Amino acid sequence: MINRFNKYRYASPATFYHFAGRLIPWFYGAAALFCVAGLYIGLFLAPTDFQQSEAYRIIFIHVPAAWMSMFIYVVMACWAALGLAFNTRMSFMMASALAPTGAMLTFVSLWTGALWGKPTWGAWWVWDARLTSELILFFLYLGFMALQSAIDDPRRADRAGALIALVGVVNVPIIYFSVRWWNTLHQGASVSMTKAPSMASIMLVGMLVMALAAWMYTIAAALSRARCIILERERNAQWVAQMLEADA
Amino acid sequence: MKTRHKKLILIGVAVIGLGVVATLVLNAFRSNLVFFFTPTQVVKGEAPLDRAFRVGGLVENGSLRREPDGVTAHFRITDTAQTIPVTYKGLLPDLFKEGKGVVAQGRLNNSEFVADQVLAKHDENYMPPEAASALEKAQKTQKTLVLPQEGK
Repeated sequence: MINRFNKYRYASPATFYHFAGRLIPWFYGAAALFCVAGLYIGLFLAPTDFQQSEAYRIIFIHVPAAWMSMFIYVVMACWAALGLAFNTRMSFMMASALAPTGAMLTFVSLWTGALWGKPTWGAWWVWDARLTSELILFFLYLGFMALQSAIDDPRRADRAGALIALVGVVNVPIIYFSVRWWNTLHQGASVSMTKAPSMASIMLVGMLVMALAAWMYTIAAALSRARCIILERERNAQWVAQMLEADA
Repeated sequence: MKTRHKKLILIGVAVIGLGVVATLVLNAFRSNLVFFFTPTQVVKGEAPLDRAFRVGGLVENGSLRREPDGVTAHFRITDTAQTIPVTYKGLLPDLFKEGKGVVAQGRLNNSEFVADQVLAKHDENYMPPEAASALEKAQKTQKTLVLPQEGK
């Protein structure tokens, strides 16, 4: 059956369920470790900023959350594309498992940005290209989740959701490059692949450690959620019954 | 070619197609997507003069003047090529400073820009205050060296 080829081994929900179960504690542990280290560097070691003084410390939460919110959407779209092309159940389940974490991080980046914007810019919210496109990303996540839960047949729900995920992915480069393509109130990127980062190195280290924490948390949360989805969808499968018996 | 590979290519082509469509649409709406106009654009007449718009640039050094009532401020926004005089009545944000970025929203009234909202736009540079003051000193020495050539 599905286990015929070794490369599809982890595409089998049963194998994936046990494999993910073993990995999750490690990722949660790493997330906690990086988070504590990153916050210590960010709040105690990093110096104040010459213009914004202490208000800039929002970047240790805001930037990792914003990066992750965009990256998760791309990963989600990739899983959706794989699911549509190869018809693998696990791909769709991974896409659904990532969406709530992505939505949460998008909300965090919007919210922390608003809290920072009021003292720095003088406004909670402005309709500039960066902020607006990030808000659209939030609605895309919500739309994906709403559509999936509105359709009872999981196979049809998966396909409909995958379509949203794929259409919405064009928004991600718009968010990322908005500060370069148009005049925006949001400042340009301090860290990018094409130039040296324009921030003091200890600040950068704190931000990158926090970004690692966001990665680890996202992986752990998505895997846990994927396990729940597997149990829900495979509740009539033999291996679930056997596992529950063994546990009892 | 297997069906699933065909499907994958089809999905790829569809996403690229969507990207192209999005690019074209965004290009068409280009003028509506900018958050602010630069002083040069305003002088050239690219900004909508019949309705409110935003001007962005740097607050010109030495241009900030407050009226005795304490809430009205006058300053000039510059992009180093053109400058626009601005009048604003209200509280200026904390990061509002001469030589720093600013975005003002309002209308043009006889070549003077009457703002009803002023936002501070700061740059993407983050550094400790000591580093900033060292940098400023270095720039000042550079400027004094360049000044004689400008004939001032």
